[in-house]
Amino acid sequence: MGSSNSSVNNIPNAQELMQETGFSAAHILRLHERFEFLDKHKCGQLRPQDFGAVQELALNPIGDSIISAFFSPGQETVDFASFVRILAHFRPTDRNQSRDGAQQEPANSSIRKLKFAFQMYDQDRDGKISRAELLQVLRAMLGIQVTEEQLQSIAERAIQEADLDRDDAISFDEFRKSLEKVDIDHKMSIRFLR
Amino acid sequence: MELFFNPFDNLVCILLGISFTVWFTLLLVFIIVPAIFGVSFGIRRLYMKTLLKIFEWATLRIERGMYLDSAPEFEMSDIFYFARRGVESIMDDEVTKRFSAEELESWNLLTRSNNNFHYISLRLTVLWGLGLLIRYGFLLPLRVTLAFTGVGLLVVLTSVVGLLPNGRIKNFLSEKVHLMCYRICVRALTAIITYHDSENKPKNGGICVANHTSPIDVIILASDGCYAMVGQIHGGLIGVIQRSMVKACPHVWFERSEVKDRHLVAKRLSDHIEDKTKLPILIFPEGTCINNTSVMMFKKGSFEIGATVYPVAIKYDPRFGDAFWNSSKFGMVNYLLRMMSSWAIVCSVWYLPPMSREEGEDAVQFANRVKAAIARQGGLVDLLWDGGLKRGKVKDTFKEEQQKLYSKMLVGTQEDRSRS
Repeated sequence: MGSSNSSVNNIPNAQELMQETGFSAAHILRLHERFEFLDKHKCGQLRPQDFGAVQELALNPIGDSIISAFFSPGQETVDFASFVRILAHFRPTDRNQSRDGAQQEPANSSIRKLKFAFQMYDQDRDGKISRAELLQVLRAMLGIQVTEEQLQSIAERAIQEADLDRDDAISFDEFRKSLEKVDIDHKMSIRFLR
Repeated sequence: MELFFNPFDNLVCILLGISFTVWFTLLLVFIIVPAIFGVSFGIRRLYMKTLLKIFEWATLRIERGMYLDSAPEFEMSDIFYFARRGVESIMDDEVTKRFSAEELESWNLLTRSNNNFHYISLRLTVLWGLGLLIRYGFLLPLRVTLAFTGVGLLVVLTSVVGLLPNGRIKNFLSEKVHLMCYRICVRALTAIITYHDSENKPKNGGICVANHTSPIDVIILASDGCYAMVGQIHGGLIGVIQRSMVKACPHVWFERSEVKDRHLVAKRLSDHIEDKTKLPILIFPEGTCINNTSVMMFKKGSFEIGATVYPVAIKYDPRFGDAFWNSSKFGMVNYLLRMMSSWAIVCSVWYLPPMSREEGEDAVQFANRVKAAIARQGGLVDLLWDGGLKRGKVKDTFKEEQQKLYSKMLVGTQEDRSRS
């Protein structure tokens, strides 16, 4: 820790990133160190395999979905800026955040956190969680603990409760409505990132 | 009848005799001798790795189980937990782990640390039962034996060394004796300690300052270096230990009446420091045990003396059990028993570079600077609150500060409202 003589200035676009994401210089520095640690081939970009090296992630039921959240469709690598932008979603919301309508939605707002969570379900990114996608995620989370029938009935109930326009899929709005009462900031924030 | 019992008795005696001999030989070879020489077979680290693997497995089962329990009430929001954990592991800083460890979802097979424990599966319960058996049936007796050995040796040997005339030999022997006994105590707790930056270890004439989580802190630090302890003389067993320790090398023990007199305390400490042949003083400025997630206010007394301060940060790994001693809840013996019946105590110690009071800095500012350095290194939160909060009331100045902050918040929200 005491040996890090590198300052934030060595990182390209650090100031813009700090502005955009709200991370402090210390956090950017730390995340950069982490990025370089994950980047085993030292090419300045991360690949899905680099994420796969994180053991705990491999054990996570939705590990693959999380990894793919970092990569825009069609892209096979992610650079530091995008890495930080995604992680910014997990910053705790600033309570006394005051912004006028002209400013962009901050990365760690409730809506962005919800969108991230939605992406975990909506793998093909078509804006809707289909029954098949829901089943897939449920299977990953429950594994062999539940029988196929129980799985089906759980998925059925979930869709029935959330799907308001009866199109057999859950859109982002329906997703958001069903989570109205949930404290999203608390559940989708990593307190260390404050 | 007698004929029947005698051979059986003999057999039992022989068996007991053999098992005791084997037991003590193993103890001696694997634990006491390495402690004396300061080497390690690496058994504890292997043990720690194995434990971690088992905990991971147990955690997964619990997570699945908890999920299963709520399966009938599956919520779309359940994905949040996994998403967050996943991203945390990507960031996987040591520090994030420490922060999120407070909400310890992991289960280290100690029911006392998981309030949500309920029947998940037979396998898990069996494992827990086995764990209980091993901990209380095997580990606890082993550790208690070691603890008695360590403490007993400390008292006896320091008294013996105390008989020698003051000089280099006495200091040398005293150092060896202290280190050896503390190392045995470390093994008595199965403490697996990682020391970082040992080049910054405190030197004679300095004050070593560390954050305080439990009385074990003393043993952890003292097994890696020699310090002069500071404290109040107690009665009972601790008093006996204190009195014999001071025979071998000068520690700073105060009578209860002297503790109140701050000038006397400061004078004795500065006298001790000025003598460069005396060992560095070990002080815990927080004054009380804190739960190892934050560093509370440092009392300024030790920082007024004007010596070089060597900060040390101690951080316990919460995955293996909570080392925090809540002295208002548990007594010392109760606490030690809990510690000795846990799996292990894993912690990291960082020796930070020495700091001195700068020009124009008063004791309080210096204390805060040192505190910030320790908090940063240990990944602990730097808090303003006085540790004495656990027992007493909040000092008025702090109340005022918080009131100011709160009113700012209120006024801020008012402004927001009027704006929108």
